[in-house]
Amino acid sequence: MTAPLHDAVKADDVDTVVTAEVAKGSVEGRSLGQIAWTRLKRDKLAVAGGVVVLFLILVAIFAPVITSIIGQDPNKYNQDLIDPLFGTPTGSLGGISSDHLLGVEPVNGRDVFARIVYGARISLLVGFLSAVVAVVLGTVLGILAGYFGGWVDALISRVMDGLLAFPQLLFIISLIAVMPDKLLGLEGTGVRLLVMILVIGFFGWPYIGRIVRGQTLSLREREYVEAARSLGAGRRYILFKELLPNLIAPITVYTTLMIPTNILTEAALSFLGAGVKPPTASWGQMLNQAVRYYETDPMYMVVPGVAIFITVLAFNLFGDGVRDALDPKGTR
Amino acid sequence: MTNPEGAGAPEPSAGASATPALSKESPSGGRAVLSKEPTGSGDVVPDGEPLLRVSGLTKHFPVTKGIFKRQVAAVKAVDGLDFDVRAGETLGVVGESGCGKSTMGRLITRLLDSSSGTIEFGGQDITHLGTAGMRPLRRDIQMIFQDPYSSLNPRHPVGAIVGAPFKLQNVEPEGGVKKEVQRLLEVVGLNPEHYNRYPHEFSGGQRQRIGIARALALKPKLVVADEPVSALDVSIQAQVVNLLDDLQQEMGLTYVIIAHDLSVIRHVSDRIAVMYLGKIVELTDRQSLYDRPLHPYTRALLSAVPVPDPRGKAKRGSERILLQGDVPSPIKPPSGCRFHTRCWKATRICKAQEPPLVSLRTGHQVACHHPENFEDQQPDDTELLSEVEKANEQAALDKTAVAQRDREAVGKE
Repeated sequence: MTAPLHDAVKADDVDTVVTAEVAKGSVEGRSLGQIAWTRLKRDKLAVAGGVVVLFLILVAIFAPVITSIIGQDPNKYNQDLIDPLFGTPTGSLGGISSDHLLGVEPVNGRDVFARIVYGARISLLVGFLSAVVAVVLGTVLGILAGYFGGWVDALISRVMDGLLAFPQLLFIISLIAVMPDKLLGLEGTGVRLLVMILVIGFFGWPYIGRIVRGQTLSLREREYVEAARSLGAGRRYILFKELLPNLIAPITVYTTLMIPTNILTEAALSFLGAGVKPPTASWGQMLNQAVRYYETDPMYMVVPGVAIFITVLAFNLFGDGVRDALDPKGTR
Repeated sequence: MTNPEGAGAPEPSAGASATPALSKESPSGGRAVLSKEPTGSGDVVPDGEPLLRVSGLTKHFPVTKGIFKRQVAAVKAVDGLDFDVRAGETLGVVGESGCGKSTMGRLITRLLDSSSGTIEFGGQDITHLGTAGMRPLRRDIQMIFQDPYSSLNPRHPVGAIVGAPFKLQNVEPEGGVKKEVQRLLEVVGLNPEHYNRYPHEFSGGQRQRIGIARALALKPKLVVADEPVSALDVSIQAQVVNLLDDLQQEMGLTYVIIAHDLSVIRHVSDRIAVMYLGKIVELTDRQSLYDRPLHPYTRALLSAVPVPDPRGKAKRGSERILLQGDVPSPIKPPSGCRFHTRCWKATRICKAQEPPLVSLRTGHQVACHHPENFEDQQPDDTELLSEVEKANEQAALDKTAVAQRDREAVGKE
């Protein structure tokens, strides 16, 4: 039984030669991230979603520039464009004209386009920052629960269960009601934004936390973790250098899918009057006001609705694409 | 080798003696020499002296029940091991699945903490050293893992994987980490240009070579290889086994190689330990083990090795020993000799009294009351246990084991 073992020794050298030849073609290795990126680029829907997301981010960042180019101010009243009898904009489709691309508001005549552009800032700011809060909390607590297990896991898991069962919308509304107007050097809208970001993020982390915990549970049994330990690696090295890189994929996916949910929550809160304070523009708040005029000026309701719809759809398409790119085994 | 009167049969013994001559020759040409300076530093244990000494080593995994984690039983994965590993030798450890081989490997590399017993490495008791205390010793004790697909982090390029030992131990090799890693890759027969590649771009055999390069990076003294080739194709197995052999020659390594494949063990080992249900039943040098096995279990194992000789079949066919039943559960191992429920030579005493591991011949230790190829240790006790009795006992053990597994399965839901 030992003879075949020895014949194969020569195959050893052949193997090296073959790999050397292959190497001439492409010595540069491609990481899993690079492979996912090429795959993502092939997914047309995801690319479209990504382009829209990028566009929205640019719009939000350059909101003052855009409004100054078209020469409109989101808070300037244009009473001359309002029908004094009904309080609705003069002209068709909510007063759409070359000056006011998306018409003007009923009653006070503020430019809808400028307010939509500024509203994007609020939506994306809350959407992104609350996702950051949720991801940081969820990743850290999830990885600790999964890696250490035992009572650490029991405690964190029960907290997650509790938070998932909590009526977060009601909680935020009541919290906003009792919040002082000034907090940590912020005033009015700033306080509202901070509270929204922290609370939405706080109620969002269990979703990430559960996924990270589950993944960590399976990853910690891999032999490369033992290999690191056998080299004398400490816990911190194993958690952040060995495990975390393998968690980036699920975390990215759930972050991109969480942002649109957060944007919707922000819109809902603003719609219910618990969002940013007027006169700061926000999409949910515009919808709230539009309810009163839906018979006389339906366009005023359509515009912020479509803005929210496009934003959420773009994020979701992009998020789905990211998930497919990172998980080639997943079924579509 | 499957012949009970082993030593007399010319064919197997010739094969056995030919093996070392082939495998222990100088490293195959063309491969880079690993280390020019004499291996190791001043405190190396001279060849032949025990580098690792294990005594009374046990590992019991608790089986818990209920919310309060009350311990209801223990899986006795390793239950009292005594052995030495001499500097420069290769100790092979064989046994069926679940006999505690891998647990043993993880205990001596201190990846698991033992329940009792002591582990001495180079004269130092390392049984209870903490993470920090073990860190300097990690340079000397390294491990090669079974599954090349899970032992390399898929998110790290090969350069980072093989370079990790230097980073973790704060060692700055001569000429820098990158140069050293490339040299190591060359030593294990990989293209050093593949430094920036990721594990998924390599085959199983190449991945195992990466694992070997990582284990050898810090020039360890003892390498524990847990089933180093069982996940590989047979042709690749030979390459990896020979690579391990060559590296031992070049670096003066001491190996503990755990495997269930007897041909691999035979090929690489100087001495062999046979394990059954958490205990060593026989420990001796390769030649004696294959020529004149003393323990019935060893004989049964050896008889199960497939022989690539269809014409010899008629001659050997009758000697194939088929063991009845499965390995009993380590939660409730059989009383006395653990092998008695499956042994064809078992008598009353085997059920009542556990045979100690004693040297019957020079350097040939065995734990059996009625060894093969040797005078009976308990000649008075001749009444064989009946098949019915053994079957009943086995069934009772199986029942508790199954009940235990059911409880565990329900607990996990």
